[in-house]
Amino acid sequence: MHLWDKLKPPFGETKEVAPGTSRHLFNYRRIWKSVVLLTGGVSMIPLVFITLVNYGAMQHSIESEFFLRTTRIASNTRRAISFFLTERKAALDFIVHDNSFETLSKKERLSGILKSLKRSFGGGFVDLGVIDSSGFQRNYVGPYSLEGKDYSGQKWFKQVIESGVHISDVFLGFRKAPHLIIAVKRLMPDGTFYVLRAALGIAPFENLLTKLELGGMGDAFMINHEGILQTPSRYHGNVLEKLKLYVPEYSPKTEVLEERSPDGQNVLIGYRYIDESPFILMIVKKKDELMRPWYSMRLKLIGFLLISVSIIMTVILGTATYMVKKIQIADEKRVLTLHNIEYSQKMATIGRLAASVAHEINNPLAIINEKAGLIQDLFILKKKYANDKKLLGLANSILNSVERAGTITKRLLSFSRHLDARIETINLKQTIQEVLSFMGKEAELRPIEITLEVPEDIPPFESDRGKLQQIFLNIINNAFASVNDGGHLDIKAQQEGKNSISITFTDDGCGIPKEDINRVFEPFFSTKTGQGGTGLGLSITYNLVQEIKGKISVQSELGKGTSFIVQIPLNIKNGEKSEKDASFISG
Amino acid sequence: MKKMRVLLVDDEEELVSTMAERLALRGIDADWVTSCENALEKLETRKYDLAVLDVKIPRISGIELGKRLKEKDPEMKFIFMTGHGSDDDFKAGSAEAGPGYYLVKPVDIEYLIRKMNEVIKK
Repeated sequence: MHLWDKLKPPFGETKEVAPGTSRHLFNYRRIWKSVVLLTGGVSMIPLVFITLVNYGAMQHSIESEFFLRTTRIASNTRRAISFFLTERKAALDFIVHDNSFETLSKKERLSGILKSLKRSFGGGFVDLGVIDSSGFQRNYVGPYSLEGKDYSGQKWFKQVIESGVHISDVFLGFRKAPHLIIAVKRLMPDGTFYVLRAALGIAPFENLLTKLELGGMGDAFMINHEGILQTPSRYHGNVLEKLKLYVPEYSPKTEVLEERSPDGQNVLIGYRYIDESPFILMIVKKKDELMRPWYSMRLKLIGFLLISVSIIMTVILGTATYMVKKIQIADEKRVLTLHNIEYSQKMATIGRLAASVAHEINNPLAIINEKAGLIQDLFILKKKYANDKKLLGLANSILNSVERAGTITKRLLSFSRHLDARIETINLKQTIQEVLSFMGKEAELRPIEITLEVPEDIPPFESDRGKLQQIFLNIINNAFASVNDGGHLDIKAQQEGKNSISITFTDDGCGIPKEDINRVFEPFFSTKTGQGGTGLGLSITYNLVQEIKGKISVQSELGKGTSFIVQIPLNIKNGEKSEKDASFISG
Repeated sequence: MKKMRVLLVDDEEELVSTMAERLALRGIDADWVTSCENALEKLETRKYDLAVLDVKIPRISGIELGKRLKEKDPEMKFIFMTGHGSDDDFKAGSAEAGPGYYLVKPVDIEYLIRKMNEVIKK
């Protein structure tokens, strides 16, 4: 048996044959549905709710963690870059104030300073140049030949004249290599000025940014306020290319925001504007990559939820089906018991009525019997009346009719008396004939041909005559209901082994559909609904057969006919025979 | 051979008188009464071998009457007749008269005589 067969509700297949105000109480499919929905709802709603809340909280917590981590990295990195620039700016400021224009115009001195700067500050400084107020580079030390270059038209030169200190964007300049410039102006007492300019390579920034452990295919780089990359980026373009991502609005503090990249991916952008410089530090992480551990955990969570739901639903379905089945069986038993009682009472009433009628008829019959008997006696015994054959024939005819009427009333009495449970010795053929005698008139009128075949060697046996008669009567009634006029009913008995006899009732009626064959003995199952069938006849028959420790089975072919086979245990009690029955036979 | 003396008790006079006449035609000395009182009175004056009693007699039942008659004459034998034959009657009648001597009306006269002879010989 499949698991589903145990879980699915079998209710509702039985036709409801008992209308009434309490009908809904017997709608087991509805009860089953209510139990499943209620129990399922009570179990599932909290589980799903808690899982969803937990899911949301967990996702939010993980996202917050990534935001926080990105913020922290961006802040720390900004601090390092700021310090790098401030330190170098301060060093240049010190040099320009500690040395006169003339001193700095000397090659050896400037070269010595550059060496000292490189030694003290590590990487970064590429060259140094001293530019006079007209924009000409008066002195230069470094790898390029830039002495005498005119910077008066350059943007950075104008900026440094304006603000005294200037940190430039990264640009190619005359040397055609990406670099940035830190320039410091020295204002002389006579109103003239000169500028000390240092070019810094972008390698220190690259080193700093590439060493960051970002995770989630993270990328750290700098852009200027126009979105031009100031350092190379791993995934978002090379230095001096335009960044394809959104350039965030100015904020005085570190911010993290979520954006959609041009390739359609969600990215987490941590950024910080670096004070007194044109740079924006950008930390960009792919959200999907960051959330990958969460997605794996989420899958487990959903899997756990689905398994829990399946287990709970299996248990609920199984329990509901089992419980409602039990209720249904209990209800059916209860109703069947009530109907059995009702049926027994009805039969007892019929029995009492039959007995009473028989008694009322028997007494006048007895008088007719005696009177006619006396007439006969007189004709035979008294010479005076002898030899009148016609009158003797008439008396005989009265006596024959009395005998016939007496036989009928005795059968009625016999049938009614056996309604009470009592084990007696049964003559099978006689018992079936008694039952058939009640149906004889109907069989004759319709007509239905009945053949009865009981082998002579079937011995009398002990059983409950009343129950046997009811069983036979119900089955024969059923057969009569299913055959058309002119139909046949064959009743055939045979001994099966030493301990059992079987009686087969075969009709050539309408037959039973295949799908109904296993349910004909179920209470309330009826194909005669609306035609007065209660659906209890065969169910009661089934119970009666069980009560006498027998078995009943059915074989049928639609349109061809049906056979009911009743097997009865053959309990033979030696040497004892009911005298009462003998009196009925011969009396 | 001594004539069999039988007392027939049934409230149906038509039945019991005719039955007595038919028995008489067959050489049986049969008296009949239609009430219990008359039956008990009859026993004061005559001795009977056998009583054929209807089970349903007004006032007291045939079974009860049988018991009273037996008190007066312990040797007396009984056959019961009934038109009804309820289970209780059947049990009581069979216990009193013996199994097989509880007959349902209408009764064939020859069968009755056979049963009477049987019960006398018991």
